[in-house]
Amino acid sequence: MNKQEALIDYCLRLGDNSLVLGHRLSEWCGHGPILEEDLALANIALDLLGQTRNLFTYAAAVEGKGRTEDDLAYTRNNYEFRNALLTEQANGDFAVTIARQLFYTSYAWLLFTELQKSKDETIAGIAAKALKETSYHLRHCNEWTIRLGDGTEESHRRMQDAVDSLWMYTDDIFAQTEGDALLIKEGIAADAATLKPKWDAMIKETLTKATLKMPEGGFMMKGSREGKHTEHLTYILGELQFLQRTYPGMEW
Amino acid sequence: MEDTVKQEDHFNEKLEKGDFIEPKDWMPEKYRKTLIRQISQHAHSEVVGMLPEGNWITRAPNLRRKAILLAKVQDEGGHGLYLYSAAETLGISREELLDQLHTGKAKYSSIFNYPTVTWADIGAIGWLVDGAAIMNQVMLQRTSFGPYSRAMIRICKEESFHQRQGYEIMVALSKGSAEQKQMAQDALNRWWWPTLMMFGPPDAISSNSADSIKWKIKRETNDELRQKFVDRTIAQVEYLGLTVPDPKLKWNEARGHYDFGEIDWAEFNSVVKGNGPCNRERLKARVGAHKNGEWVRDAATAYAKKQAAKAAGSLVA
Repeated sequence: MNKQEALIDYCLRLGDNSLVLGHRLSEWCGHGPILEEDLALANIALDLLGQTRNLFTYAAAVEGKGRTEDDLAYTRNNYEFRNALLTEQANGDFAVTIARQLFYTSYAWLLFTELQKSKDETIAGIAAKALKETSYHLRHCNEWTIRLGDGTEESHRRMQDAVDSLWMYTDDIFAQTEGDALLIKEGIAADAATLKPKWDAMIKETLTKATLKMPEGGFMMKGSREGKHTEHLTYILGELQFLQRTYPGMEW
Repeated sequence: MEDTVKQEDHFNEKLEKGDFIEPKDWMPEKYRKTLIRQISQHAHSEVVGMLPEGNWITRAPNLRRKAILLAKVQDEGGHGLYLYSAAETLGISREELLDQLHTGKAKYSSIFNYPTVTWADIGAIGWLVDGAAIMNQVMLQRTSFGPYSRAMIRICKEESFHQRQGYEIMVALSKGSAEQKQMAQDALNRWWWPTLMMFGPPDAISSNSADSIKWKIKRETNDELRQKFVDRTIAQVEYLGLTVPDPKLKWNEARGHYDFGEIDWAEFNSVVKGNGPCNRERLKARVGAHKNGEWVRDAATAYAKKQAAKAAGSLVA
């Protein structure tokens, strides 16, 4: 893998994360526990979609084959997607959605904090903007984790179940590829290995405030970097890509 | 008694002068009730309206359209929020308002009981449904109740963007492939009559119209607004190269307006009574969201109480 290929792969991976997670959050629209949360989740979904568009547009430009953001979102197959397995997991109850947000957003916040210093100016610019948005998203899921964890007996139980059930997907978020090593050396990408201990500390702090237990060890599922996904992704793509697949090459 | 008469005179004088009625002002009980009914119905419509459109967010045909639709549906939720707040200034809680929606006591716009079965429906809703809503809302910017008027001024700005995005979808489809054009025509066929029904029953039989006009809650009648909408929309239909499903539609030179066919009020009444294609699903979705969210709201309340108790404790200490 050369540097160009590594950079395309890196942008696609980050863009896929926010595309798939944003898709999941947008499924809440009209069904949230309170109107304010319908707005908050739609707003976060919209920010994530914006991040995807920036990253895909850049990936397409680096590739230079005339593909567009839409080609990347709508015509790749499930094994070509590189989003973390966590992001494609189903919404479940509100606690599962919040736990998924907490795990992903804490990572995204650490990542964009690093990437805003990237030697690649476009990446740095995208990351700086995304970091501002992610700071709000982080506040949102931290506050909800604490409220649900330290709310009622029922909410505590649901929140702990959610944390426990998604834990097995958390290592996969940090998985790296050969190409990453190349980009890290050039100061373009962030070294996920250095983010992991910081992530552990952030999660621990929030879970402790929420009176929740941090899971330890256990089976960790991986595969997203090689395009090996859980059963959920094909359903997501089935919906997401339906119009473009049914009527290829149309203007909308 | 004498006081009430004086207060009523004062209220009428304000209306006469075109001043706003504010929440703390005296107002006739029926004025208050009419406004609560109207504002809450409007708020419920915004929130229920998120469902048919939200239905297509995950399937939007490209990322730009997806972003626009997400932003739009989020706006609708925001409109619901300010409108609930405006209704609350009249002395009713959001919980009561939601309860009225969930038990079927309060209505929402019947238009949202129709399904969105193709992407073109998202275009048709923005263009026609939001277009019709704007006619009403532009008028309501001058409504006599201050908080409602101010909410409308804000809402109208966003609604005109919603209408434009809907029309833009229709333009893209009508310039597209034969299949896309067919999709656009089919959506127009299905949404045209229900949209005309949105303005409400004809003036001759509208039970709420007369009082609302007298109190300057409404400034134009149902039939006047409906005519204005038809007159304005036909040129857009022609630009799209589509046709409205009404053989009687014809420009009337003498009136300076389009004549149009008879609206099927039996269908309207039937949908209002609960027998539209999606009434049950829409209500089930709203009630379901509220019920499924109960433990979340309870948790938030419990947590806030614990924090308040801690803060009080530390003040004492």
